[in-house]
Amino acid sequence: MDDAIAVRSLVVNRGRRRVLDGIDAVVPRGSVTGLLGPSGSGKTTLMRAIVGVQVIAAGTVTVLGQPAGAAALRHRVGYLTQAPSVYADLTVRENARYFAALHGRGHVEADRAVTDVGLASAARQLVGNLSGGQRSRASLACALVGEPELVVLDEPTVGQDPVLRADLWARFHELAATGKTLLVSSHVMDEAARCDRLLLIRDGRLIADDTPDAVRAAAGVEDLDEAFLRLIKAGEPGRTGEAS
Amino acid sequence: MNVRILFATVGRILRQLRHDRRTVALLVIVPSALLTLVYYMYVDQPAGPGAPSAFDRIALVMLGFFPFIIMFLVTSIAMLRERTTGTLERLLTTPLGKADLLFGYGIAFGLAGAVQATIASAVAYWVFDLHTAGSIGLVIMIAALNAVLAVALGLLCSAFARTEFQAVQFMPVVVAPQLLLCGLFVPRDQMSGWLQAISDVLPLTYAVEALQEVGAHAEPTATMWRDVVVVAAAAVLALVLAAATLRRRSS
Ligand SMILES: Nc1ncnc2c1ncn2[C@@H]1O[C@H](COP(=O)(O)OP(=O)(O)O)[C@@H](O)[C@H]1O
Ligand SMILES: [Mg+2]
Repeated sequence: MDDAIAVRSLVVNRGRRRVLDGIDAVVPRGSVTGLLGPSGSGKTTLMRAIVGVQVIAAGTVTVLGQPAGAAALRHRVGYLTQAPSVYADLTVRENARYFAALHGRGHVEADRAVTDVGLASAARQLVGNLSGGQRSRASLACALVGEPELVVLDEPTVGQDPVLRADLWARFHELAATGKTLLVSSHVMDEAARCDRLLLIRDGRLIADDTPDAVRAAAGVEDLDEAFLRLIKAGEPGRTGEAS
Repeated sequence: MNVRILFATVGRILRQLRHDRRTVALLVIVPSALLTLVYYMYVDQPAGPGAPSAFDRIALVMLGFFPFIIMFLVTSIAMLRERTTGTLERLLTTPLGKADLLFGYGIAFGLAGAVQATIASAVAYWVFDLHTAGSIGLVIMIAALNAVLAVALGLLCSAFARTEFQAVQFMPVVVAPQLLLCGLFVPRDQMSGWLQAISDVLPLTYAVEALQEVGAHAEPTATMWRDVVVVAAAAVLALVLAAATLRRRSS
């Protein structure tokens, strides 16, 4: 299996709405793949399907060679929810240690995960007293602490200052270089250029699944934001550069 | 179930409680304050010949009520928070099993309830001179079991609440009828048949009967043990139902 994630004809309904409408996509191992699209386009829903907490209407989602949500995958997949899901009434360190313990990791790994997200100096603070950006980094530390093979991160860089954002992206690429696979969502296009591959999603349909360069070439512009707009205008759902 | 994950979860829940100093203080102080109130309410009431004094009768049952009421509330809110803050969704993507989480709550708040019951019992026996034929140890055991029952019911009820306001409303729905019909206010054999039938299916009834057995007999009776088993079984049943309401996948 070369692909960390393979999504086939995925259809998801939430409430009465069709939120994902026939998604086909693959995420290769050892890469940082960006899942980009405007707010409400279905990024979170697709990620939930990949980590196996979303009821799906049709299609298949295969993760690390197994059906999404399989019990054996829970050791191998880390998930950062969009809203920080950490315990506000515990310190950063206590949160990290708890999630470390769930993955059979110890205090050393927990403290390293806290340091890696730049929270070493806030480790003893209650999460409830942190700023929004710090809180979401605490949540990120808990997603990374188990050293999962596949890391699914839902908007991890929202609310972070530019320096920290650059640090986090560098960290994501370090992880990918060690063979981990990262799927990172964002609704701001300027993050797209930092990814090895892009999945562009709009209204529950995939409009591109390619490298940033190929997306630029397909749209005929340098700016990815502009490229995304042109792809939408072209109104051609489906994959842009199957051949590349 | 995984022992390492279970105890990590118990530790995490107790740590959350420990950071909330005011709640800990309330858990410890409120039962003693209410016992003081009851003591002065009944101190001048004459007891019938050979019957336990009103204070002995009421305080004994109250020792079982405190952990039941309070742990039900604490658990409902704690579990609701897990649902609304997204930690539950995240936990269910980790190797943590449903039983690890549910038993983790049962053990953590069961322990908290046991500590609370021990302090309240110590005050009742040594400050207010509570008399029971049976031992204080049995009273504490039954009170702690009540805490576990309350945790199990709280975990179950939290599945049906979307907001904290709703969660709090389950307290009059689930707890109040059990308090009213348990036999403290009107002895069970003086209730009309249909009330008795309802009382028969409410687990707190058995916990109260067990406490009354300890009050009346020096040695643990067969009735007391049967009641203990009924309460424990009710707690397990509520935990199993709570597990059934925990779905890894949602829409
Ligand atoms: N729990 C839900 N019930 C019904 N509809 C939902 C629910 N969650 C999200 N949706 C809808 O699904 C669509 C996609 O949402 P989402 O996957 O969160 O998008 P994104 O993460 O790209 O902002 C949105 O239109 C949103 O309103
Ligand atoms: Mg989202």
